[in-house]
Amino acid sequence: MTATRPPLPHFRKPLLETPFHERARELQQNDHFVAWAGYSTVDVFTSVEQEYFAVRNATTLYDLTPMVKYRVAGPDAERYLNRLVTRDVRKLKVGRVSYVVWCNDSGHIIDDGTIFRLGARDFRVCTAERQLDWFSDSAIGFDVTVEEVTADIAALAVQGPTSCYVLKRFGLAGLERLKPFELGEFAVAGRPLMASRTGFTGDLGYELWMRPEHAPAVWDELMAAGRTRGIRPIGSQALNMARIEAGFLLPNVDFVSAEHTVRVDRDRTPLELGLGWLVDFDKPHFNGRRALLAQREQGVKRLLVGLDVAGNKPAHNALLYAEEAGRREVGSVTSAMWSPTCKRNIALALVDAPYHATGTTVWADIYLNRELVWERRMAAARVVERPFFAPERRRATPPADR
Amino acid sequence: MAAAPAGAGYDAIIIGAGHNGLVCAATLARGGRSVLVLEAGAAVGGCAVTREFAPGFRVSAAAHLLHQMPAALIAELGLAAQGLEYAATALPTTALDAGGEALEIGDLAALGRRSAADARAWPEFDARLRRFARLLHGLLAAPPPRLGTEAWSDKLALATLGLRLRLLGRREMRELLRIIGMNAYDLVSDEFESGLLRGALGFDAVLGTNFGPRAPGTVLTMLYRLAAESAAGPQALAQPKGGMGALTQALARAATAAGATIRTSAPVARIQVAADRAAGVVLESGEEIAGRAVISNADAKTTFLRLLGTEHLDTGFVRRVDHFRSRGVAAKLHLALDRLPTFADTTARALGGRLLVAPSADYVERAWNHSKYLEWSARPALEITLPTVNDPGLAPAGRHVLSAIVQYAPYAPEGGWAAQRQPFTDAVLGVLEAHAPGLRASVLATELLTPADLEREFRMSGGHWHHGELAFDQFYMVRPVPGAAQHATPLAGLYLCGASCHPGGGVMGLAGRNAARRVLAEVAR
Repeated sequence: MTATRPPLPHFRKPLLETPFHERARELQQNDHFVAWAGYSTVDVFTSVEQEYFAVRNATTLYDLTPMVKYRVAGPDAERYLNRLVTRDVRKLKVGRVSYVVWCNDSGHIIDDGTIFRLGARDFRVCTAERQLDWFSDSAIGFDVTVEEVTADIAALAVQGPTSCYVLKRFGLAGLERLKPFELGEFAVAGRPLMASRTGFTGDLGYELWMRPEHAPAVWDELMAAGRTRGIRPIGSQALNMARIEAGFLLPNVDFVSAEHTVRVDRDRTPLELGLGWLVDFDKPHFNGRRALLAQREQGVKRLLVGLDVAGNKPAHNALLYAEEAGRREVGSVTSAMWSPTCKRNIALALVDAPYHATGTTVWADIYLNRELVWERRMAAARVVERPFFAPERRRATPPADR
Repeated sequence: MAAAPAGAGYDAIIIGAGHNGLVCAATLARGGRSVLVLEAGAAVGGCAVTREFAPGFRVSAAAHLLHQMPAALIAELGLAAQGLEYAATALPTTALDAGGEALEIGDLAALGRRSAADARAWPEFDARLRRFARLLHGLLAAPPPRLGTEAWSDKLALATLGLRLRLLGRREMRELLRIIGMNAYDLVSDEFESGLLRGALGFDAVLGTNFGPRAPGTVLTMLYRLAAESAAGPQALAQPKGGMGALTQALARAATAAGATIRTSAPVARIQVAADRAAGVVLESGEEIAGRAVISNADAKTTFLRLLGTEHLDTGFVRRVDHFRSRGVAAKLHLALDRLPTFADTTARALGGRLLVAPSADYVERAWNHSKYLEWSARPALEITLPTVNDPGLAPAGRHVLSAIVQYAPYAPEGGWAAQRQPFTDAVLGVLEAHAPGLRASVLATELLTPADLEREFRMSGGHWHHGELAFDQFYMVRPVPGAAQHATPLAGLYLCGASCHPGGGVMGLAGRNAARRVLAEVAR
């Protein structure tokens, strides 16, 4: 007879709740929750359009807590991260944040994320998916510790053109001096809080990092501070619209992690995703370098690009053709939307060489369901530079005080 | 003669003067490359050395018989001219019974006295296994092909393998494919009823591996051993005069004669990298030596994780190297004896050969059970030689040396070797005494080399004789790991030439020769 263990109750509630959950539950109107990295999160609070326009015109709160976070620390932390990711981490100063991708041996992307340099030997790495296995194996031979701290830190994105004003009213004195990708330590009412000028909207915005027990009070005070500036919480759908306009990639939408693909040729390298600017061949060795170098020499067979699609019907999942007659298939759309701010029909798409060159016109095969009758439309789609929307205010330091 | 090193350093720097390193050095130097061999120890030879373990008593430190180095390679390197002589060749293998009886393997008359059925079955079994072994030898002799490439050499190698298999004939091919994934225990139990024969065959299948005869894949290791022996030629199971060190001394002379430089007591601290290429080495003394190719005779873990450093490699590759199983379970016992021991019922001829204490396959399997739980075998299986029978010069006049491979001794037993060394030695001596009454009283000195000792003395990760387990998942195209299975490594200019490579361990020399051929093709003069 083996010793009896107390029964584990986890199966009764498979999804965890973030420290903001009670506040979010009170404010959402649709009972529209989705699972995100093991947490229950709100997909739409009120209506997608209302939330989207708040991102571009007011201030929004988005609960980031489920984003997976790791603490990477130790004497070799910098060397370790520099071997892990494709950018040069040696250039990342303390108090700065860097957007990075990391690849497997064949140069295919495993995930993307951000590295926060908290100290000379102390980093936080935020990822879309759990990475402890890869991060731990990458630590072989390095004097570094990697631990997951997702549940130890509550995170809230505060984004929108009035966000700086609202956060200063909330109590973050001097926040206006923070440059893009910079972070600062603050304290509000005795509660320590880290703010970084980062986000996924392509707009002016910040992310707040705090102890979980402080989360509800911070939420309440922010909502009060932002009342005159149209503050509202948003769900993942509105955020997704903003990120497409900003040209940001979403794992499992615009690419599939090389750890998850099972089919041949479904892995993507940073060069294929238009993220070549993240790959620094001049720094010391990093995972995938030799494979990426070979790909750079041979040239990519396909590239993720922006499309400006004719008409106003989003090209969701459209196959792309070289000519209007739709004979030669040259790629497919990964993300698409009508951009209310740009007043353009935009899309992100993987396009084969040589059709991915900027200015090339390809044809999107769009299917429309019009009251249960399917119609098909060939729309001209021009390859354009990303991002689609890049307002000055996202970089202006200090931001407008209003 | 090889060119003198230019200002840019040597054409090739070889880390480790074990037999593979020396074969590699000799082959490269004969190919006109400037070669420097760096040996950490005070003498060349690596594991294949003869050394004094008690005043006046010398013994081969690890492997004590030469039975796997191809005769063609020995001839190619002219080792006879370099002083390699044999004290004895074509040595017999004799299985010892607990009851004091002995059975020479292959002696049909003796086998018939134990079992008429076994005597009838033996010739066909033996011939078939030797046929399979000859086929497998073709695999051992060349670097394995890569899968999924467009290279003709790879396609040809795969096609040749398929053709060789097909040429066995339908019945024999089917039989090979039936048994190759099996365990040795089942195979020998199907064929024979004599426990002594089953034990001897089962033990030979697992000698030097972390397996018992019931472990899947042990027919492969059995065939592997036979394959290497079949290439070694009729002299196989030979005892070099002066011990295994005489072989590596001859190899060193052959390398030097061809123009290679050998430095001993020159441990390498790390491999230097410049512009994503191996550029040379740094010695522990701090001395830097430049080389256009660096060839490591060290095992894969030592080479990649310690000498090169993981920062020059990709995570997936490092993960595979880290998972390479290399925990040894074979220990070595050396006894200095004041007289020749008497093993019951053995002939003088048998005493000069291999004596096996593996009275049944179950005995060997039970011995292995202990090591699974980090215990040493209470009743270990032994391969015993008495090298002084054929080569009296290894001990003072009238005295003798007993050299035994002892299984199983875990790398890190529960309680640690400091506490377990004496009880384990006593257990081995107890088994020896049971087979050779009076032996214990004749012991003048004892030396036990555990896997931990072998790791320390010969710088082999885990103290594994083959630098890594020989098993399907670490064999041929995936040995030591995908990405380094054809001697080249992910780092340009860095090569492996040791037992971590195909075809693996044993004093064979093919890994060194094959690595040299690859470097000759890739590194111009």
